[in-house]
Amino acid sequence: MSPLLLADLTVFTLGLLVGFEVISKVPATLHTPLMSGANAIHGVVLVGVMLLAATISTPAGYALLFVAAFFAAMNVAGGYVVTDRMLAMFRSRS
Amino acid sequence: MSAFDTVVHLIYLLCATAFVLGLHLMNAPATARRGNQVSAAGMGLAILVTLAVLIQGQEISPYAAWALGLGTAAGAVAGLVAARRVRMTAMPQLVSLFNAVGGGAAALIALGERPASTQAEVTGVLDVLIGALTFSGSLIASGKLAGRVPGRPIVVPYGRWISLGLAVVAAVMAVLVVGFDGGVWALAGAAVSALAAGVLLTLPIGGADMPVVISLLNACTGTAVAMAGFVLESTPLIIAGALVGAAGAILTKLMADAMNRPISAIMAGGYGTGDAIAVAAGAGSAPVREITADDAAIQLAYAGRVVIVPGYGLAAAQAQHEAVALAQALTSHGVEVVYAIHPVAGRMPGHMNVLLAEANAPYEQLQDLEESNPAFPRTDVALVIGANDVTNPAARRPGNPVSGMPILDVDRARSVIVIKRSLGHGYAGIDNELYSDPRTAMLFADAKAGLNALVAGVSAYAS
Repeated sequence: MSPLLLADLTVFTLGLLVGFEVISKVPATLHTPLMSGANAIHGVVLVGVMLLAATISTPAGYALLFVAAFFAAMNVAGGYVVTDRMLAMFRSRS
Repeated sequence: MSAFDTVVHLIYLLCATAFVLGLHLMNAPATARRGNQVSAAGMGLAILVTLAVLIQGQEISPYAAWALGLGTAAGAVAGLVAARRVRMTAMPQLVSLFNAVGGGAAALIALGERPASTQAEVTGVLDVLIGALTFSGSLIASGKLAGRVPGRPIVVPYGRWISLGLAVVAAVMAVLVVGFDGGVWALAGAAVSALAAGVLLTLPIGGADMPVVISLLNACTGTAVAMAGFVLESTPLIIAGALVGAAGAILTKLMADAMNRPISAIMAGGYGTGDAIAVAAGAGSAPVREITADDAAIQLAYAGRVVIVPGYGLAAAQAQHEAVALAQALTSHGVEVVYAIHPVAGRMPGHMNVLLAEANAPYEQLQDLEESNPAFPRTDVALVIGANDVTNPAARRPGNPVSGMPILDVDRARSVIVIKRSLGHGYAGIDNELYSDPRTAMLFADAKAGLNALVAGVSAYAS
């Protein structure tokens, strides 16, 4: 196993543990916005698509890149906006 | 590492911190919106920094730049329009759709990237398999929730054998990629078999199990994105993917626990097909007591404490506004009102809370199972609207389809009013013993019409 893979695995495992710790404190009332907000966070896949773009140089590659960018941008933009819309509705008694 | 690279990595670290902080702030309704904004700011920063990397590297071809730019713009517009237009009742299918495209994008990354090492090959295959499976599975789930695909469990003939065959094909393709440098065609083969498996796994799963399925698919997308991070050696993808994977895993477990069904049984599908009715001997058709809307309104208006128990039927009838109107009429009459919400009351985790929040119910009144159950004995009236299995006292006894399922202790309230169209069964297909309890009165009406009559009645007696 390369040192790089070890470092990546470490980050992944710690990310999972931090996720479990933080998310288990979210109340049931907020589970829908939580899922939708977590969904928006995996929109970070757009960063991956951007990094991929630098390596692509074939027509088929461009088509794939377009679709991937479309998917990822839809995920990230829609995810954050719809989560914000939902959370804006949660109002206090006062 | 150049100074530029160092700064880029430090900024990525800042973004990851924003994601964790954002999720942390979601632990209370008062701070949750700010949490989402912190997370979004981190995301914006991550995208800007990556743009700077692309510009500084100057490796991107003009065509690739156009494909990336146009795809991003079109996708962002599509996402924004969908997010602004969606009705809150349609939220589960939209979240599923966003989940699908996220998984699809992660799978495409591995298909487009030439693996530089064995590590990239292994994680690339995993990314393609999980991402493609999530993509097609979430699309089917979204279609089922939207009613475009029949919501009932669809049993595919020889489904198990086809799934097994697909798994074998996927495994062969994986070996070809990793062991024999099979390249993009083997990866594409793996993607196709995973796409088919996603459809096959989601079709047999019935309506009541949808919250579990969406949660599980959410966890899968997180994992796929993390795998894409391994392929590209990009830390923000790994961290964000791990966080989402954890969120999905927690929600999956909570939902499965709330229905007292093992995840494996849910994935096997077929629940709600009617098989369960044969088992239903139960209490038989014991007599029930009927009540008129006027009498029910009087009972509510003179209560000290009322608990409203909304179920999926309330959302299906779009009657959440009427329920909140009743709560407001009672509150202004001096009655203490709360909502007791079972974890699987909607079509996705927490869905009922969003519907009630949209109808202007203050979040202090939204109580979960643990909060609401101890207070039922000092509740004068429990008003059950469109909830069935989650209130069935039979769950406390062994030997029936709902045994062991955590329920709302509605039967421990001093009196119970159930608004229901008929004495039909819930998903479990058994009689609800709550209905024949002597303290229970049935108000046979459509949720919307019944609630409107109650609001009118309460207002009349309050004035």
